[in-house]
Amino acid sequence: MNDQAFTIDDHPVPFRRGESIMEAALLAGIYIPHLCFHPLLEPHGSCRLCTVEVNGKPLPACTTPAAAGLEVTNDTEALNQQRRTLLQLLFAEGNHCCPSCEKSGHCELQAMGYWLKMLDSPFPYLFPRRALDASHPAVLLDRDRCIFCERCVRASRELDGKEVFALAGRGLNTRLIVNSPSGRLGDSDLEASDHAARICPTGALLVRGEGFRTPIGKRPFDGKSLSETCLQRAAALLKEGKESER
Amino acid sequence: MSDRPCVATTSLAGCFGCHMSFLDIDERIVELAEAIHLDRTPLTDIKQLHHCRIGLIEGGVGSEENLQVLQEFRARCEIVVAVGACAINGGIPALRNHFELRDCLREVYLEGMGVDDPQIPDDPELPRPLPRLRPIHELVKVDYSLPGCPPPAEAIWKLLQDLLAGREPVIPSELLRYD
Amino acid sequence: MEKAGGSSPEEQVTGILRRHGTDPSLLLPILQEVQKRFHRVPPRLEDAIAAHLSLPRSHVEGVVDFYHFLSHERRGEYDILLSNCIIDRFHGQQAIQQRLARELDTPPGRVRGDGRVSIGETSCTGLCDQGPAALVNGRAVPALDEHRVTQMVSLVESGVPLERWPEAMFRVDDNVCQPGPLLKSGLTPGEALNAALGGGPENLLQQLEQSGLRGRGGAGFPTGMKWRLCREAAGEHYLICNADEGEPGTFKDRELLRLHAHALFEGMTLGAWITGAEKGFLYLRGEYRFLREALERILDERRDCGLLGESICGVNGFRFDITIRMGAGAYICGEESALLESLEGNRPRPRNRPPYPITSGFRGKPTLVNNVETFVAAAFVALYGSSWLTSIGTDASPGSKLISISGDCARPGIYEFPFGTSVEEILEACGADSPMGVQVGGPSGSYITPQEFHRRLAFEDLSTGGSFMVFGRERDLLEIVENFTAFFAHESCGFCTPCRVGTAMQNRLLKRIRNGEETGAEALELLRQLRETMIGASHCGLGKSASNPVFDMLEKEPRVLSARATSRGRVR
Repeated sequence: MNDQAFTIDDHPVPFRRGESIMEAALLAGIYIPHLCFHPLLEPHGSCRLCTVEVNGKPLPACTTPAAAGLEVTNDTEALNQQRRTLLQLLFAEGNHCCPSCEKSGHCELQAMGYWLKMLDSPFPYLFPRRALDASHPAVLLDRDRCIFCERCVRASRELDGKEVFALAGRGLNTRLIVNSPSGRLGDSDLEASDHAARICPTGALLVRGEGFRTPIGKRPFDGKSLSETCLQRAAALLKEGKESER
Repeated sequence: MSDRPCVATTSLAGCFGCHMSFLDIDERIVELAEAIHLDRTPLTDIKQLHHCRIGLIEGGVGSEENLQVLQEFRARCEIVVAVGACAINGGIPALRNHFELRDCLREVYLEGMGVDDPQIPDDPELPRPLPRLRPIHELVKVDYSLPGCPPPAEAIWKLLQDLLAGREPVIPSELLRYD
Repeated sequence: MEKAGGSSPEEQVTGILRRHGTDPSLLLPILQEVQKRFHRVPPRLEDAIAAHLSLPRSHVEGVVDFYHFLSHERRGEYDILLSNCIIDRFHGQQAIQQRLARELDTPPGRVRGDGRVSIGETSCTGLCDQGPAALVNGRAVPALDEHRVTQMVSLVESGVPLERWPEAMFRVDDNVCQPGPLLKSGLTPGEALNAALGGGPENLLQQLEQSGLRGRGGAGFPTGMKWRLCREAAGEHYLICNADEGEPGTFKDRELLRLHAHALFEGMTLGAWITGAEKGFLYLRGEYRFLREALERILDERRDCGLLGESICGVNGFRFDITIRMGAGAYICGEESALLESLEGNRPRPRNRPPYPITSGFRGKPTLVNNVETFVAAAFVALYGSSWLTSIGTDASPGSKLISISGDCARPGIYEFPFGTSVEEILEACGADSPMGVQVGGPSGSYITPQEFHRRLAFEDLSTGGSFMVFGRERDLLEIVENFTAFFAHESCGFCTPCRVGTAMQNRLLKRIRNGEETGAEALELLRQLRETMIGASHCGLGKSASNPVFDMLEKEPRVLSARATSRGRVR
């Protein structure tokens, strides 16, 4: 059914009806930077890293349906500069202290910084004071590192059949909350084996007892770039998904 | 004074780890010593800062003294580089921003575990802490940043080579790290 | 107060829940009632609410936490929120607030120890023509002065219930200064409907199309085309009037809702007739709660006359009714897809578009959404024909526009001008003597300097929802822009990165500049970088327009910034 195509940076990209620009790109081996998108989840469109130009109009690749004849611009200095700014905003918004974080080397936020060659953030750091939740025996919730991508929210709902997480507040006061009578993770029905516990792109949700197992130098993003990892993951998961749909 | 370019370094609210990494350039320090003149730096213990080509700053700004030193570096160095996580984003010392300074002092000097003779030091010789620790770019203009905790010696070497040659410094991907 | 009525909070909530039923889209009205009863939404009652509506508890918590007029923490028995709109600021809001805080011994942002009173701020309350204004337990109190503050303090201290406060305190003047074709037109209830029913739906659609009527919210989508497209969409339809007039400095809907409610409801009923919608909502901003009772009475009148309900105007199968739903302090709900989310009981986060509401709106069904002024104008087009509109205005913008004028002028109030009227003419009409500049369209609009006073009000030149703030020469532009950035930071829904963090950073940078902590050059560079990213990557119009005031200042009055910013001590 790959009889239709559009282009990304002048490369023809085949697609199937119903696929987003992001899905079609990843399946074609073209990396479009993203954080809130995950191949197993409904697209969300909140991080805006995947903003591309579609026939000259800026749109998120993850929520924009692929269509025949579209001309998509992705890997340009202007778009990557914009992505760098978005990332710099995220780093200045939360408390992202890589040296003390056990997700370091496994972290997509950090790896995105490497991929975009981000050296610093020029913005004033906000140093928010957010509540830590260590009440769960197997999973730690460190809100300092939350970027509100809602991957855990969606994974819990869509993949685990639960409803463990949600967002509350608004604007800069947006916060990740837990669906339990006490609001604590320990009183929720989250299990360490849930997708939601393992799908966080940053170190906001960590399965305990797994940190620092891989020595520095051998961690996923020590040697490999984020684009390689994401393309491999997406290819595996998306193709699997397409197979099962048939 | 020779006509070699002057380079100064300092550690503000940092751990000197970036300076240790700097020393990890090993024998190349000899080469460097021939190319530059080291001004104020913990390596030489020179206390007076003169006009410099390059100032490398480790650490964020946590005290009045940090701020004063930083401003002096900005005033006397043509190029100011934020070296390492703490200078760039506050790093580990910025974890104290989670708490009020008052509470930090109370915990450390009055009520914490193992404190005897509880009192908050107030010797005029001691630098006064600022309410919040801040990355240096919020207080002075920073020309370049070199991330890492610490940045690899190779990266520091590359940065200095580039700057001394008058090139825009470029950090190769394999040397770019935040931890 | 939680013990009022002798029954436990749980029992009281059960009563509220029973009355509303189990439709989860009723979450917001339920929460508003709970908030009113307890001065907060007690977290322990959220479980009962969630269970009753079959929602996760976290959903309820997330919704409560979103709206400014709902809170988990207890607010005072008298909750006083002062409008921090720049116009109210310039009318002395801060001095009034300090005085209230002092005399009531209640620091702003806090609840007094005995729980009696709390003082806080809120975004523009739509009373800039008679400010400074406050909301007391949601009820608007305009024209605050020392005398009124003294009066309020004594009423609060002696515990007089709000219903027994002197009526004069709540009197909102209409301030219609210059009526035009729309404000001067009138209709007897049913007149426009009967006129349209006689000609048939295609005739009305053609009249609307020929009239060139465009949406008055600011975006200017052709109304006739919207109605036609929505009519053609398959399935059950809904209709919504967006009366969430939240752009600071806008208050003209306030008077349309009072003076032209029949025309508004008639316009909505016409929309229902065209699209086949049987259920309509008037989404009224929470700040306008004082209008609700009268609007409900008019709806009842219309039901009694057979203009709402079954067999409207005697036409078999023409069935339509309107429910009023209140906002709860969220500017984002003026964005139509966020409004839809709010109506459905969700966090009001703008949707990904397409699809647009005309095909997928309320509950995913085709939904016709127009604002108050548009529905009123549509009713008059139905009654008087397309020429009613085309006789004035410009070719691309036929008709007239209602403008809310506030700020430094002799006669603030509501004006109606034909499209094509210049800023200069408007300034003359309201008695503004050589001002420093005018903010047209609110914080998300444009700052117009005297060199541009020749520009004209029209979709093709200065397009506006109707806010027109006049600033005299004594005003500090930096203070104005900082106020606007604070507004956006407060109202960003937080969904997407560029708007959530960008609006906060803009505000932070502006504050730093005002405090002399930021250099000109570096701050400007950051603000430019922010603007590009917010325009290029934001999810909705709020983020895309939130940098407009900063940009206008940088482009049009660059010296304002450079004069205030100090050096961060760079050598070169």
